[in-house]
Amino acid sequence: MTLADPQAIAAFDAASPAAARKPAPTPQSRAARSRQTGLLALSWVAPVLLLLVWEALCRSGYVAPQILPAPSKVALTAWKLASTGSLFHDLGVSLLRAATGFAIGGLIGFSLGVLVGFSPLAEAAIDRSVQMIRAVPFLAALPLTIIWFGVGEGQKMFLVSLGVVFPIYINTVLGIRQVDPKLLELARVQGLSGWTTIRRIILPGALPSILTGVRYALAVAWLALVVAETVGAQAGLGFLAMDAREFLRTDVIVLTIVIYALIGAGSDSIARLLERRLLRWHPNFGGSGR
Amino acid sequence: MSLSVIPTKPAVLVRGLVRRYGERTVIDGLDLAIAHGEFVALLGESGCGKTTLLRALSGLDPIDGGSVKAPRRPAVVFQEHRLLPWDSLWRNVSLGLPADGARDRAAAALAEVGLGDRLDDWPRNLSGGQAQRVALARALVQQPELLLLDEPFAALDALTRLRMHALVKELIARHRPGVLLVTHDVDEAVALADRVLLMRDGAIAYERRLSSAASPQSVREELLAELGVAPPPRAPAFTSPSSHSVV
Repeated sequence: MTLADPQAIAAFDAASPAAARKPAPTPQSRAARSRQTGLLALSWVAPVLLLLVWEALCRSGYVAPQILPAPSKVALTAWKLASTGSLFHDLGVSLLRAATGFAIGGLIGFSLGVLVGFSPLAEAAIDRSVQMIRAVPFLAALPLTIIWFGVGEGQKMFLVSLGVVFPIYINTVLGIRQVDPKLLELARVQGLSGWTTIRRIILPGALPSILTGVRYALAVAWLALVVAETVGAQAGLGFLAMDAREFLRTDVIVLTIVIYALIGAGSDSIARLLERRLLRWHPNFGGSGR
Repeated sequence: MSLSVIPTKPAVLVRGLVRRYGERTVIDGLDLAIAHGEFVALLGESGCGKTTLLRALSGLDPIDGGSVKAPRRPAVVFQEHRLLPWDSLWRNVSLGLPADGARDRAAAALAEVGLGDRLDDWPRNLSGGQAQRVALARALVQQPELLLLDEPFAALDALTRLRMHALVKELIARHRPGVLLVTHDVDEAVALADRVLLMRDGAIAYERRLSSAASPQSVREELLAELGVAPPPRAPAFTSPSSHSVV
């Protein structure tokens, strides 16, 4: 498996937020809007067509159900598993693991980031070690985590936390460092105390970068969870998939893949919503501007 | 050091100020006094140390020699508005005020600069002149004894600049802080100030008190000449291109 370095991307993204965001919406004429609707419809043609071809290939017997089940079969399986409630049980277990791991890793990453962002002493003491650990693909630690924690909940949360720490850490440090020095001068002129300066100027200024880190951390969290769950678990989506493998239930396996994808997309939209809400003031995010 | 030569107790008293950047001495033994409620404009070529002097007065930069006696917390308006983009206008104006009644005070200050109906708006929705008016409100709401203006109108278009001059004149007349305006615009200095100083080689080289007796035009020409710029000819009909002075 090849992994893009999310931290590097996150750092780049935060360094040039304007380039990475779509521009604010501008008033459109009716013709332009109907053209937009047409293009939107067109963009859905290919995926739907692909799904239909897939269905047809499976129904006609060109593709054996053990290799790839028909989409309709996956949907039916989803319905069955959902009606017995077992799907929601496994989903809940997975979500809880991800959330706990994200919370722990996020808290550690943010705390270290704030410390290093403000204090040259902390940077000298901490930063090099963090950067060295970051250079290790964290999934390579998987065998070690199994020896340390077994295949229980602790191992999964640890792996998720480990993946989450770095994007949050790096983007928090970066955000604090990028706060406009002219605004810090203003803080001195206005006679703000150290704590007020942090609260009113440094943290709000670092927020766009921190939220970028959150978005990447969410993606990393899911990746870590899939890997941890697939290696060994007694419940959860990964367990569902590995259990299905024993019985060649490709429909269940494809279903878990689809659910993983949906959750990934869902968490990304939550992060975007958070950005739009918290960064209303930012010309590249909020929509209420001129 | 004897202060007895200064007749009234001034708002600002600078004696023998020295400020160096590395090897270069930017301010070299500068003396300056500003009376309470006096509007002083400081002219000079780019890089002559005008802004350095202002930063020393504001306490932003340390000094390398001499003494500076200024109010503990002068208000500063910079060339850029320096509004916090993530705070509404009233939150920007009340930055540094005690939380109690902050919104009311900010509202009053914004009303004074003609933006009383924009309390909850974002800075990004403001034009350059409006943003600079908010910065002015943020400075005046502190009720400063000393107001430092660092070329606050330099980035504005000519028409907006004239409107700002009128507004500043009116606000200063009402609040009566001592003012030091750093500018490179002779007309601006003549229009606003009680006294114009000219800075050269790190010290005050020339001083002109503006009285109602002197015509602004003659003061303007005098200052331009002192800056090394010949005033443009009054009747340019038959002058050859080479005789034009570049302003």
